[in-house]
Amino acid sequence: MNGSLRWKIVLTLLVVVFGVAYLLPSLPAVQNSGMAHFLPDDKISLGLDLKGGIHLTLGVDMDKAMDNNLSRMGDDLKAVAREEGIIVLKPKVLKGERVEAILLKQDQQEKLEKLVKENFGNLTILSTAVKPDGKVTYVFAPTPEYKKYLTKLTMDQAIKTIRNRIDQFGVAEPDIRKQQGNRIQVQLPGMQDPERAIKIIGKTAHLEFKLVDEAADLEKAQKGIVAPGREVTVIMHRLPDGSYIEKPIVLKKDAMLTGEYITDAQTRFDQFNQPYVTLNFNSRGARIFERVTGENIKKRMAIVLDGKVYSAPTIQDKIAGGRASITGSYTTEEAHDLAIVLRAGSLPAPVKILEQRTVGPSLGQESIDKGVAAAVVGSALVLVFMLVYYGFAGFVADIVLVLNVVLILAGLAAFGATLTLPGIAGIILTIGMAVDANVIIFERIREELRRGLTAKAAIIEGYSRATLTILDANITTVIAAVILYQFGTGPVRGFAVTLTLGILTSMFTAIFVTRILFDLYTSKRAADAPLNI
Amino acid sequence: MGLQIIKPDTKIDFIGFKAKAFVISAVLILLGLGSLVMNGGPKYGIDFAGGIVVQVKFDKEVGVKTVKGALKEAKLPGLVVQSFGHADDNEILLRTSSSEISSSEVRDKISSGLESGLKGTGFEIQRLEMVGPKVGADLRTKAIEALYFAVLLIAIYISGRFEKRWFAAAIMAGGLFGGITLLQMIGMSTTVLIFGALFITIGLCWYLKLNYALGAIVALIHDIMITVGIFSLLGKEFDLTIIAALLTIIGYSLNDTIIVFDRIRENLLGKISDSLAETINISINQTLSRTILTSGTTLLVVAALFALGGGVIHDFALALLIGVGVGTYSSIFVASPILLGFGPSKIEDDMEEAEAA
Repeated sequence: MNGSLRWKIVLTLLVVVFGVAYLLPSLPAVQNSGMAHFLPDDKISLGLDLKGGIHLTLGVDMDKAMDNNLSRMGDDLKAVAREEGIIVLKPKVLKGERVEAILLKQDQQEKLEKLVKENFGNLTILSTAVKPDGKVTYVFAPTPEYKKYLTKLTMDQAIKTIRNRIDQFGVAEPDIRKQQGNRIQVQLPGMQDPERAIKIIGKTAHLEFKLVDEAADLEKAQKGIVAPGREVTVIMHRLPDGSYIEKPIVLKKDAMLTGEYITDAQTRFDQFNQPYVTLNFNSRGARIFERVTGENIKKRMAIVLDGKVYSAPTIQDKIAGGRASITGSYTTEEAHDLAIVLRAGSLPAPVKILEQRTVGPSLGQESIDKGVAAAVVGSALVLVFMLVYYGFAGFVADIVLVLNVVLILAGLAAFGATLTLPGIAGIILTIGMAVDANVIIFERIREELRRGLTAKAAIIEGYSRATLTILDANITTVIAAVILYQFGTGPVRGFAVTLTLGILTSMFTAIFVTRILFDLYTSKRAADAPLNI
Repeated sequence: MGLQIIKPDTKIDFIGFKAKAFVISAVLILLGLGSLVMNGGPKYGIDFAGGIVVQVKFDKEVGVKTVKGALKEAKLPGLVVQSFGHADDNEILLRTSSSEISSSEVRDKISSGLESGLKGTGFEIQRLEMVGPKVGADLRTKAIEALYFAVLLIAIYISGRFEKRWFAAAIMAGGLFGGITLLQMIGMSTTVLIFGALFITIGLCWYLKLNYALGAIVALIHDIMITVGIFSLLGKEFDLTIIAALLTIIGYSLNDTIIVFDRIRENLLGKISDSLAETINISINQTLSRTILTSGTTLLVVAALFALGGGVIHDFALALLIGVGVGTYSSIFVASPILLGFGPSKIEDDMEEAEAA
């Protein structure tokens, strides 16, 4: 045995040990035994299609986020202008990401423009129009940089909020990531109740406290006739059977307090064992709440969540200490979920479900069983065929084929790749294609033998001629796989990963490892001994 | 010595068969195209068209009609009921359009409809997938882009690798990119874009005399068209996994073609015959054993996947089964005759150039 062969054997054994070490933790029998302590922690993670769970693609309504933001900027502008003695009427958000503000006195134009330039760098003046009565209409638009910044901020905030909510919900290994086009991908393995998940994730959870306008005429309000500064919305009444009916209610538009001051939300039970949600405000929120309740004793305060009123209790007394509660005859589950969304904060913009895939755990197990059955039958056929067709060489090919599958699975575990159903198909396909490199080499060796070369010379010649061909042929498949990975989503990516991994390991095993076995075989035999191929 | 399927001195005249092969390919492609035209384009699954798919498993046998009857009251828009997977799995696939109805509503309606309509039969909703129309359209664009980039990169690789003409390959890439950008600018649909890309690629390969790339690309387009055509004829749906299958077929078809081409190139360098047709024939015969063995083992395992892999993977395996078969055929009967069609002198000159370089 020469030196280079020895090194090759050492390298191969190292790879085999690595492969087995990374494969074993994924086997259920090993996971539960004491052996697990000596092995790597990496396991093959199963995709949602095999484990069961929920996959969601959410679209963040960026237009709405921009409108909300413009409305807030408009209010700020009005407030800042007033401090400077400039009177601006309540700004209005227009379609197409613009905000309109009316300046009452024409002679303050210069002052206002200076103020906007100094304090509102994110706004540009789109147009000004002087009306005959001396009022000036300004239309502002956000700068492109600000739009970009706001998009990023909104996305980051939305992801953070969703992550907070899911963490509190208690799902193991959730995967939340940003995608192109203001989309967020959420994967919840093992989660089986999609409706509840969607309710929790999708709720904007914008909480407001608003005063009820008792004097308003409900009949008129329902037709859309309300006094300025008032709005019509609905109050939810829960019926004994669990469903809700909605009744109209008129509120004062300006919120006294919003959910941004909430530090904690908990579920509690009253003396009738009815669940309700308690809220804790931070110090600033507590001060506002104390002032607002003190000023409005004996009036009703509506608790508005995402535009709907859940309860509207009458304020009995000034409430100090920063605690409030929301009662609304919920089920325990509903109260619990409400506490989660309030604690995790509100979404900066509404989200919409663009894509939803739910797979039950039984289907996943069935898919695995069928995939494994197909792989076992397919590989057995190939193993038997190679052995019959190539004799000793076929046996060599069979050894490396088994090693190949071990390495693919170990690679998936080591790189933290996810095994999906198409991924299983990728492995099965690789089993069929893996013998290709061996076949190319073996056919070459046969040709060289027919030309009259000795076994040793034929092996050397066969390998050297076949190697480039194999590389060429496989690189194109790798190109296809890389493109699949680039463009594909979820399961298709899993397929691309296993296919690439399979090509790489099969080239290693078929070119490198088989050569060692051949060299070992021929080194102990006479130079002119025939080769069983 | 082990077994041999192909005797070493086999001399089948593959090139002589090219006229018949051309007719066979043309008929298959025209049939597929005809079916696509008749159906008004490919039949998209929910991945591309949007909609809701629900897979339900029953604990005993139920007919499609029974399920349809049970769900009549639910009034789901565009409801399609079909059996799924093996008959003894008792699985039913339900589809409905998603634009006007939410997935949770669909789940509720199906559950209550089946509970009241099929009393005494247990069932389980195993899978529910909803894809919005916008996401579907995005996925479709992405899939087409993927196929386009695959063809482009592979064309560049073959031209560079086989003819040592990376510069010509780069010109082709530039030309193709420019052409596609132009088509995009004048607002062409994605279908026009694919055909545009294909024509530009083939035209550039022709003009730049990138003969190997031309042969390989025509062969793989041939394979994709036939696979897509057969899928359309069988009334199968196109979804993301079928795109994965098509890209794998591209990889496989090229793999096969390249191995034959590699041998042709080697034999041209070795000047084993004065005639290019003869050289190609000898090369195909020499690699025939390998071609049949590899395709055979691959078909064995894909057939196992097709038969045992389960309903979800069934169409994917079918696409591979067709693609591997057609891919093997095309490397012998399509790619090689095209290489021949572009004159031996040019190729031999190139080889000498390549040698000198």
